[in-house]
Amino acid sequence: MALLEVNNIHTYYGNIHALKGVSLKVEEGEIVCLIGGNGAGKTTTLRTISGALRPREGNIVFMGEDLAKYKPHQIVQKGIAMVPEGRRIFARMTVMENLEMGAYIRKDKQKVAEDLEWVFELLPRLKERRRQVGGTLSGGEQQMLATARALMARPRLLLMDEPSMGLAPVLVEAIFDTIVKINKEGTTILLVEQNALMALSVANRGYVLETGNIVMEDTGEALKKNPRVQKAYLGME
Amino acid sequence: MFRTWRQKITLTDILVWVIGLSIAAVVIWGTISTLQSGKYSAESWFDLVVKGLALGGVYALIAMGYTLVYGILRMINFAHSEVFMSGPFTAVFLANALNNSGFLNRYPLLGILAVAVLSMAVSMSVAVLVERVAYRPLRNAPRLVPLITAIGASFFLQYTFRGFYGSGFEAYPTIEALNGAWQLGTVRLFKTQVVVILAAIVMMFMLYAIVMWSKLGKAMRAVSEDKEAAALMGIDVDGIIVFTFALGGAAAGAGGVLYILQFPVVHFYMGFIPGLKAFTSAVLGGIGNVPGAFLGAMVLGLLESVGPNLFLDGLGIPVASQLKDAIAFIILVFILIFRPSGILGERLTQTKV
Ligand SMILES: Nc1ncnc2c1ncn2[C@@H]1O[C@H](COP(=O)(O)OP(=O)(O)OP(=O)(O)O)[C@@H](O)[C@H]1O
Ligand SMILES: [Mg+2]
Repeated sequence: MALLEVNNIHTYYGNIHALKGVSLKVEEGEIVCLIGGNGAGKTTTLRTISGALRPREGNIVFMGEDLAKYKPHQIVQKGIAMVPEGRRIFARMTVMENLEMGAYIRKDKQKVAEDLEWVFELLPRLKERRRQVGGTLSGGEQQMLATARALMARPRLLLMDEPSMGLAPVLVEAIFDTIVKINKEGTTILLVEQNALMALSVANRGYVLETGNIVMEDTGEALKKNPRVQKAYLGME
Repeated sequence: MFRTWRQKITLTDILVWVIGLSIAAVVIWGTISTLQSGKYSAESWFDLVVKGLALGGVYALIAMGYTLVYGILRMINFAHSEVFMSGPFTAVFLANALNNSGFLNRYPLLGILAVAVLSMAVSMSVAVLVERVAYRPLRNAPRLVPLITAIGASFFLQYTFRGFYGSGFEAYPTIEALNGAWQLGTVRLFKTQVVVILAAIVMMFMLYAIVMWSKLGKAMRAVSEDKEAAALMGIDVDGIIVFTFALGGAAAGAGGVLYILQFPVVHFYMGFIPGLKAFTSAVLGGIGNVPGAFLGAMVLGLLESVGPNLFLDGLGIPVASQLKDAIAFIILVFILIFRPSGILGERLTQTKV
């Protein structure tokens, strides 16, 4: 049984049919990436998994349980955290408060304190900035904060929506290093990326999404060599 | 540079400034002539200041409901006046019963606490009910819709309470322990006003502590910034909204008790004016901002109590203190024109980016 199974979901925004039967699987311990052009439905897929949107058809099974009956905040309690598109950090709260919100569902104070240290080790810049208000961080720091905040929930599955968006190349590498590190320490990751080359390099498997449909599925390496993917998403002729 | 600046000034701006400046001139002129006339002694000014602070304390507690709900839902809960009314209007029956049995004057502290607990519980329940019935189903409706519902809910509550308790006035018993004043040298401090001011400050600080430092308060701030992101943290957004209404309702109920200590008569319409003034305070301090609500309320209380005598008396206006409500609402209009962001707040239109 896979950790996450998305079965043939159809999601709508009003009349707009954004997902037209998306199915995918994420196994425990994997990094799976989802690539696709603008408006393909990547964000919609993640928001449907997190419960912010409800599929009109199909279902989402996490650890053998159908998520349809849970509200978004209960889905977090089940073990799914998300780094949302555009960071969405709490701009008027301090870095520390943002991280506390990340750990909102947790009762084990001792473990939370340890995880805070772990997150600060992973992203040391945040430690220096911990008393600063979120809105005054640089874009890259905000992205780190969004990642750290999601990690504070200690999720089984981490959904990441374009964590490298708008970052300088050095920072992009740092973010991908972090993704690999987090994964090595036991967090399963479903990654949405515009930076398909980097994403496919770190991913075990990948899916290609086009206008609401999954059109390809393969290992990261194989997708990287696939001529269609190279042409459409890796900018090669 | 200069031309674009000049083009931005319209006739309306000039008119508004002229009105503003003439009011300022009247206020200054009035103040100078009042002070020159020497009609009021330092002691009577001191009395007015203390009275103003006591009023401000009540406004501050009611204003919390407006400001917290605005912070979370970006809507003005106009039914909050009735949330305020429901507490003291219900607790009056307990107060009279306690008084008749002699309990209230034997144990004044316990008696007032019991009345306060009932008042807070009723106001809190009414606030939560209004949210559940009138606002939650309209959470995603255009912003004008809940505003209209709020006015409807407000009337509904007024006439429901009138139906329950009648359209007459109910009087609170006097509490002997709070009668009279302490004399400090030449100034005197009315016991009631001192108790009201201290209680208001303590409760405002508690509310501030809850919002800033408690886990629920932090979750409230997170929800107020971004509901979807807050849900992604595992925060139950609906639960936090209920908590916000409950907190604002309880504060209004407590404010109600401080109100009846000063004006011991209740009726179904009693929420309207204090509610509107608390709303003015919230806007004056910067709506959505907790310390701002406190500051705005104190400023408004002071202006209302000192203002008529100070600004208008010298102009020869008879019984100037009858104009205190007019002063409060002129202030509301002028903050909305000149500084919609209030003293501490951000601009109303820019609060949500
Ligand atoms: N709130 C919304 N209301 C209406 N339509 C929406 C909304 N959000 C997304 N859509 C539409 O749904 C489709 C999928 O959007 P989605 O945000 O999932 O794309 P994406 O793959 O994440 O794109 P990007 O790479 O640009 O982030 C698009 O056609 C988009 O216009
Ligand atoms: Mg997207």
